[in-house]
Amino acid sequence: MATEFHNLQELRHSASLANKVFIQRDYSEGTTCRFQTKFPSELESRIERTLFEDTVKTLNNFYAEAEKIGGQSYLEGCLACVTAYLIFLCMETRYEKVLKKIGKYIQEQNEKIYAPRGLLITDPIERGMRVIEISIYEDRGSSGSSSGSSSVSGSTAR
Amino acid sequence: MKSREYQQIDPQAPPTPTQTPLPHHHQADGVDRRKEPRTPRRKWEVFPGRNRFFCDGRIMMARQSGVFPLTLGLIFLTSGLFFIFDCPFLVKHLTRCIPAIGGVLFVFVLITLLQTSFTDPGILPRATPEEAADIERQIDDTGNTSYRPPPRTKEVLINQQVIKLKYCFTCKMFRPPRTSHCSLCDNCVERFDHHCPWVGNCVGKRNYRFFYTFIVSLSFLTAFIFGCVTTHLALRAQGGKGLVFALQESPGRYPYMPNVFKLSLTHLFTAVELAICFFSVWSILGLSGFHTYLVASNLTTNEDIKGSWSGKTGEGVTNPYSHRNIFINCCSVLCAPMPPSLIDRRGFLPADESAQTSGVDIELPNLNNKSEINVCTQETKGLLESAALSPLLATSCPQGKPQTALSCPDNSPALKSDPSLELSQRRGQAHPNSKTYGSTSPLRTYTGLHKHKRASSHTARLTFDSHVSPDGDHGSKPKGHQGTKFATLH
Repeated sequence: MATEFHNLQELRHSASLANKVFIQRDYSEGTTCRFQTKFPSELESRIERTLFEDTVKTLNNFYAEAEKIGGQSYLEGCLACVTAYLIFLCMETRYEKVLKKIGKYIQEQNEKIYAPRGLLITDPIERGMRVIEISIYEDRGSSGSSSGSSSVSGSTAR
Repeated sequence: MKSREYQQIDPQAPPTPTQTPLPHHHQADGVDRRKEPRTPRRKWEVFPGRNRFFCDGRIMMARQSGVFPLTLGLIFLTSGLFFIFDCPFLVKHLTRCIPAIGGVLFVFVLITLLQTSFTDPGILPRATPEEAADIERQIDDTGNTSYRPPPRTKEVLINQQVIKLKYCFTCKMFRPPRTSHCSLCDNCVERFDHHCPWVGNCVGKRNYRFFYTFIVSLSFLTAFIFGCVTTHLALRAQGGKGLVFALQESPGRYPYMPNVFKLSLTHLFTAVELAICFFSVWSILGLSGFHTYLVASNLTTNEDIKGSWSGKTGEGVTNPYSHRNIFINCCSVLCAPMPPSLIDRRGFLPADESAQTSGVDIELPNLNNKSEINVCTQETKGLLESAALSPLLATSCPQGKPQTALSCPDNSPALKSDPSLELSQRRGQAHPNSKTYGSTSPLRTYTGLHKHKRASSHTARLTFDSHVSPDGDHGSKPKGHQGTKFATLH
């Protein structure tokens, strides 16, 4: 894990940002949080379509789980109302728990799938849940910046 | 001078010289970025909207607190008078439950009021420069940005209905459905209901349930106090014995006052309570009823007033967000999971991103790639914008401010018609015009951050010098340009 994280940092420091792609929200089902699964053309040469769609679909499922209105959320809401919503100060809400899971998932995806391809996904929560920002980094050398052999300063990776 | 050194570096040269210019900014391993000598700042300190933050970003309100102190004062005054003057009498003559019920209601009202006022209503953070540029690119195929284009809209299909999304020129993004830009707070708020001067904050997705609980419990409290006060006076006036009893009782409470005066005092305060409650009960009960209707039909005040779904257009437009079931509508509005705050008030600013950008800039001269330079310029701009200069540096800035005024009419009908907002309209008119308010907002926001000015300007200078100016000491042109910007802020 430490090595992979090191690689992500190397990606940021040694590679130069070429472009950013923004996956917009899909409002066809209302205001619930969903992102479009349309494959952007800029990523065609960088990553397989299925991998990308899997990532977005999993994220959509996470958000749907967070915003689901069901028996449990009713109980939580009623309990919160009775206590004048003070339990929000003490408890971590369900949404926050799911957001943590999403953060871990995105980091895992970055380390395993996206960083080796010179891409980086930014957690949508850092962009106000409006877009999934995918940064495309230029390939610095033959094997890209994820190999441990490339030295710390990326200028030598030529 | 620094840049000249960079340009002279041969790509095959050993890496060590490139690292010497920034020894203490660029940590080689990059694992711990917090080795900045200056204290990292939190994001709320550079928040571009018109909000006030307390307790290091934990609490936020609109900058105009409106009549929030009056609301608090009235509640405390009325409840205080009730507990002091009515409760003792009623406890003796009726039941002990009365102060208990009153106490519970009072605490409920107070807590929900504070939560409504101090919670982030669902503010959407402004678009990053890259995002804004991406959207601009998608809209402007011609690439002509020399004049302000007409208001942009995008159509989406929600539950088989066509909804138009408007482009917000201040926040540089297409507003999600049900989002509106509050002209008083200069923020886009999700599921914008209205800006309430009584609570001194916008009411939106995140604090609507607090607001609803507040007005419902307040209507119960005022009705309860009204009933108790009426009972109190009725019991006192019922018989001579009641009055005599009161007279005899009074010396115990106010030993040094004449009896008649004491009775008048009690009556005076009771009359004050009665007056406040009488006028409040009708308006607050009315407001509660109105919002109950809105909750049951999953509407916002904004939509109701604009008549978005009432079929004004003549076609069969219905509310696409309604679940067609009152119970489900109520639950989805009041019992849905609490969404998170999107503005991350207490997060730290990426202050060392300036060093990182400089590290990336070292690569620039080695690649004759215009797009990268543009991207890096954009990144620098992004940095500078994150240091609270966004409205000034954005190219569409002059367009942004008038457009805020254009987007105001979206909100002003909501502000005008809502009974709870009569005061806001008057205040809005009394205040400097909201249209000009928008244009001065960055100044107002920034002048509140005196102690951070130098820090941010230093950061900005660092990035500019390292890759724009040809000479190392703060070059004339870009620095002058920047100096102008800072001059305008002073």
